[in-house]
Amino acid sequence: MTSDIKIKERLTKSTVVSNREIAPGIYVLKIKRKIDFKSGQYIGITTDIDVEPRLYTIASGENDNTIQILYNVKDDGWLTPRLSEHKDGSTIYMTSPKGDFIDDESTAWWIASGTGIAPFASMFRSGLKENKTLIHGGRFTHSFFFEKEFKPVLKNKYIRCCSQEEGNGLYNGRLTRYLQDIDILPKDCRYFLCGSPEMVVEVRDLLIDKGVAFNKIIAEIYF
Amino acid sequence: MAKDILLGKTLEELTQVVLDLKLPKFTAKQIADWLYKKDITSIDEMLNLSLKARTLLKENFNIGLIPTLKEECSVDGTKKYLYPTNLPHQFIETAYIPDDDRATLCVSSQVGCKMGCLFCMTGKQGFQAQLKAGEIINQVRSLPEWHKLTNIVYMGMGEPLDNVPEVMKSLEILTSDYGMGMSPRRITVSTIGIIPGMKTFLNESECHLAVSLHTPFDDERKKLMPVQNVYPIKDVLSMIREFDFGRQRRVSFEYIMLKGINDTPAHVKELCRILDGINCRMNLIRFHPIPNSPLIGSDEETVEEFKNLLNKKGLSTTVRRSRGLDIFAACGLLSTKELMKQQNKDF
Repeated sequence: MTSDIKIKERLTKSTVVSNREIAPGIYVLKIKRKIDFKSGQYIGITTDIDVEPRLYTIASGENDNTIQILYNVKDDGWLTPRLSEHKDGSTIYMTSPKGDFIDDESTAWWIASGTGIAPFASMFRSGLKENKTLIHGGRFTHSFFFEKEFKPVLKNKYIRCCSQEEGNGLYNGRLTRYLQDIDILPKDCRYFLCGSPEMVVEVRDLLIDKGVAFNKIIAEIYF
Repeated sequence: MAKDILLGKTLEELTQVVLDLKLPKFTAKQIADWLYKKDITSIDEMLNLSLKARTLLKENFNIGLIPTLKEECSVDGTKKYLYPTNLPHQFIETAYIPDDDRATLCVSSQVGCKMGCLFCMTGKQGFQAQLKAGEIINQVRSLPEWHKLTNIVYMGMGEPLDNVPEVMKSLEILTSDYGMGMSPRRITVSTIGIIPGMKTFLNESECHLAVSLHTPFDDERKKLMPVQNVYPIKDVLSMIREFDFGRQRRVSFEYIMLKGINDTPAHVKELCRILDGINCRMNLIRFHPIPNSPLIGSDEETVEEFKNLLNKKGLSTTVRRSRGLDIFAACGLLSTKELMKQQNKDF
């Protein structure tokens, strides 16, 4: 027993393979993979061993050579402005993977906003492609990260809801309006939600209002 | 440029303030005394400070006291106060709960909340902002009854351990000799189990800890509390097991009784299993329905039986008395509705 719990988790050094801006302010960081993980899990990342890591859901597949995370640069944040400056070959620190936002092969709807697409990208890249409907909400036409991978496979089960711009193949409006306009939602599948707390709470209420049992809804939140 | 505020500054920070203003170092202690022990509302009333010191302070700082905007009184004596925030149309709630020989204040630590628990009204606001230590302390200091307070619980709006730096500063001010001098044993911080925040809180304060548990089953907790996907309760409990709480520091678990969901004998059995070896108390809480919620509260008989079964198995359990029902004293109910339409949504 101890009355002094160590603040720092065990951090592992890792090397940045690439760090690219894929949309304004949105980056994909790839780091050398040294560990196994389950799609839907997260890792803690920091650029300074003395600074508490921030948590990011892994976006790469379980069998990929690198671990990818998707992040947006927050100008007032500590980590992301520094992280965005990291060059290929530089060192960062990461925690071991954790988390329980795990899907299986059964039918499910994946609902994400913004960078909340990350766990679903990981699940998709790990082979979960059948029986999945993916609804992604974003403000702009460039907000639909990894759409080139999802589109040809998920086809009409991949819905991009764009709230502030119009674009080819996009639903023009918020994802909550898209869901609201669906007459009958399936009741026997699970719904996975990942995104801002506002989105998660609003979509969860909407699904429940449309007759989906609350225990069919699994949510991951950013904080 | 907006002036900085004095309320919420620790003695160390006040010392820096006076040194920056080229005032004697002891002035910091005098300012703390006025801020945290006396009933003043302006810098002009800090009468043992020199005129020069008061003038310099006024040029650079506001005192930071914000009066309550609205007050609602329950028939049972509970009062709910609404305080304005820096954000338009957004408020925080503070509940004053007098009882026979104690008076408890339930303070908020954030405007809104990020955690999205299914049973919580505050979560429906989404997250708006972290409260500064001064805004937390203001809920105490601007309370008309602040001299009567015996206990403070961080169980209002927000997740306290998602705002660790400001919550820790507020705890220092509440418990230190230069501040309000409360015993840490009179203060409880409640969390849904944010592990990094818990580590800091347990190491750096002596206040009691309360953990929102609500079900012992992982899969069920995931549906009620998204945080389970990030910080599973088994990790929270193993951290608590490792920590030496000493003889007087207390850990308790909060458990909202939900009909047909978490109120069965199987839950009793599993609770006893997962809490085995932890010296703790269990508080059962009646659920008061919130709009559009699929959840309903367990009936009285079930709550009583659940309590008795836990006690019989050696887990010290009480049922929290519902207070202020006629004024919606549960956190978030009063301030949520107006806010929901105002957000700049990204989805």
